[in-house]
Amino acid sequence: MNETLKSLRFTLLAVVAALVVSAFIIVITDIEALGDGNFGQAFSTLGTAYWGLFKGSFGSLRAISNTITGATPLLLAGLAVSSAFKAGLFNIGATGQMLAGAITGLWVGFAFQLPPIIHVPLALLAAAVGGALFGAIPGALKARTGAHEVITTIMLNGIASFTVLWLLKTELFKREGRDDAISKFVEDSAKLPKLFWFMGKRIDLLAHTGFIVALLATFVFWWLLRKTTLGFEMQATGFNQEAARYAGMKTKSLMVVSMAIAGAFAGLAGGSEVLGLYGYASGSVAGDIGFDAIAVALLGRSTPIGTLVSALLFGALQAGGRQMQVDTDVPIDLIIVLRALIVFFIAAPLLVKAIFRVKGDAKGFGQTFRGWGG
Amino acid sequence: MTAAAVPDRVVSAEQRKRARSVGITYLVLAMVCFFIFTRRPGDAGFRITETSQFTLPAQGFGWALGIVLVAVAAAQLLRGFGRLSNVVLALATAAFFMSFLAWAAAGDSFSFVGMLQDTVSRSVPITLGAIGGILSERSGVINISIEGMLLAAACTSAIAASLTNLWLGTLVGALTGVALAAVLAVMSIRYKVDQVIVGFAINFFALGVTSFVSFRVLVPNRDTMNNLLPVTPIRIPLLADVPFIGTIFFEQTIFVYFSFAAVALATWGLYRTKWGLRTRAIGEYPKAAGTLGVDVNKLRYQNLLLAGAVAGIGGAWWPIGIVGRFDQNITNGRGFIALAAVIFGRWHPVGALCGALVFALAEAVRLKIGNFDTGIPSEFLIMAPYVVTIIVVAGFIGASRAPKAAGQPYEDQ
Repeated sequence: MNETLKSLRFTLLAVVAALVVSAFIIVITDIEALGDGNFGQAFSTLGTAYWGLFKGSFGSLRAISNTITGATPLLLAGLAVSSAFKAGLFNIGATGQMLAGAITGLWVGFAFQLPPIIHVPLALLAAAVGGALFGAIPGALKARTGAHEVITTIMLNGIASFTVLWLLKTELFKREGRDDAISKFVEDSAKLPKLFWFMGKRIDLLAHTGFIVALLATFVFWWLLRKTTLGFEMQATGFNQEAARYAGMKTKSLMVVSMAIAGAFAGLAGGSEVLGLYGYASGSVAGDIGFDAIAVALLGRSTPIGTLVSALLFGALQAGGRQMQVDTDVPIDLIIVLRALIVFFIAAPLLVKAIFRVKGDAKGFGQTFRGWGG
Repeated sequence: MTAAAVPDRVVSAEQRKRARSVGITYLVLAMVCFFIFTRRPGDAGFRITETSQFTLPAQGFGWALGIVLVAVAAAQLLRGFGRLSNVVLALATAAFFMSFLAWAAAGDSFSFVGMLQDTVSRSVPITLGAIGGILSERSGVINISIEGMLLAAACTSAIAASLTNLWLGTLVGALTGVALAAVLAVMSIRYKVDQVIVGFAINFFALGVTSFVSFRVLVPNRDTMNNLLPVTPIRIPLLADVPFIGTIFFEQTIFVYFSFAAVALATWGLYRTKWGLRTRAIGEYPKAAGTLGVDVNKLRYQNLLLAGAVAGIGGAWWPIGIVGRFDQNITNGRGFIALAAVIFGRWHPVGALCGALVFALAEAVRLKIGNFDTGIPSEFLIMAPYVVTIIVVAGFIGASRAPKAAGQPYEDQ
């Protein structure tokens, strides 16, 4: 069996293990049914919940569209965390970088009137640049002063979210007749086309071509790592900064560039949400995506393909979770548990091996983040 | 005149750079005083007790402080304050903060002592979370999961305290922290899984399970399972009668006293005992410690479990120490702030306490004076502590040296 298949099997087994543990949680928290000694009802709830999870993620074209919609920002933001990991930096700031990209993309989206063929790429470019500039800040701070990126990115997330809340209430951004933090709509010419446009006017198919952008970004990430000197130097710095410096690499500027690249990916995530999904921005445009992106990157072992697969998996769970919440009284928060358990089981192949009595070599995650750089 | 600092000591380029950035900071603060803090007329009342208060004329204080700061900046840039420079920095920061409060509350009054009392109370979970972080990282295990430990402990302690009593509730909170720490320990020490991944998985798990339980169990059974009377403050006799200080520090809940005791104990333990020496050794260079006969992994297990217990009690602060119930995601990122406090405080308990107090003060300020209409959008006041943290970390602290072995599993040879 080749490597890919083997690691796929472990992923599958980890998902199964996570589903089993979650099933246990669903049943024991069904207090009412258990209180009456009605185990049958508790188990039928479980069945309906998991059926909903599947139906809502892959059961129909609409479900697949929802999965893709959820996966799009997770993939782009996941690349932001993965690419920083590759350079030895822990980017907790995808949220802030997404917000920066959302705002710059939004502005280009409504401030200009251009033909779509120019407007869409321009707005996306603006989103990437906005994210890159915001992402470069923690890189520059670390390069110049040594301030740790974990602190600065957490703080910059706070700064970004309150700045956006304020910006959305200014005359430039605010929507006519609204006092809360909600923006104008972008011009139609700046909107990303729907992914399933050929299906006619089905408004329930939300998936947009931001997904194509995300796939291209994944390819760019792969190309950067495999085919460019910059990517090589980033990885060398991430692997051993001292050694990279001795080898003559400019590790300090590499830090800034790496964080700018990460920021650009996250900025695109924010931009594609605004231009593809919502058509406007609000304070919650980034939601928890920047945080979930860390799990996506960890699960994907910071590789391009891994990040893609785990973003799709998380997108599917999210879409399915919504259906599950509609069909049963099992809250969507279960999918956060599921995600945690999947990450957990995949991180611990020895555990999965022991549970399923699988033979063969189990490759672990390896290491993503080499300490605090002490 | 050249910028020669203290003449009788050799001054490194690093120190000169820092001295210059401190001087420039004074100038920036002076500008803020002149251009912002002198804009709002009226006196600001700082209430000390129910009946007494002192007043500061906002504008006059702003002008005076601005002038003083310019002088201080000049002195700093020209010759420096030598050994007194940290004292001067602390005094200047405190005066600037008072001027800020006077500006925000000009023409009105607010409870100054209440705000500081609130600060000390709110620092508890951040401090205890940070101690949990320090204990594990000093022994070589990165602890990203403080947030998860706080959150899970808040949830279980709320349920346990609602069903039984506050003591048992707190105990259950501590045990919850221990349980999650045990997961972190087994996975990272025994199975050598990447510590950051396990830590994040624990955070997600705690967030998911507590939200899930909150929605599915606690909301329908609110009265029986999520409803308790939080602890009341305990007055320490004599000490609480000291004016000003007494109310702030000695009319607090048991959580506050525990938190200060934990800082003192951790400091003493880490720097004055055999356990502390060994802990620091296995966090820096486990191989050497192992060669000398220290059981590295056993000590790591012990420290992680202890860290979990401390963080768990920090989590119990929410339901039992202040709110009286558990709400979904009640910690709201405080565990990450605790992580920042660990780095901010350079892995030292007292440093982390200082960091925790700064964040808690920012929160208390927002709650007390956030509703004064200052003419500056409230969003900027809310984000001020984040900006300050970045300035402090980038300008004054710089690269903090982490325990060297943090993140690396140890293999017995």
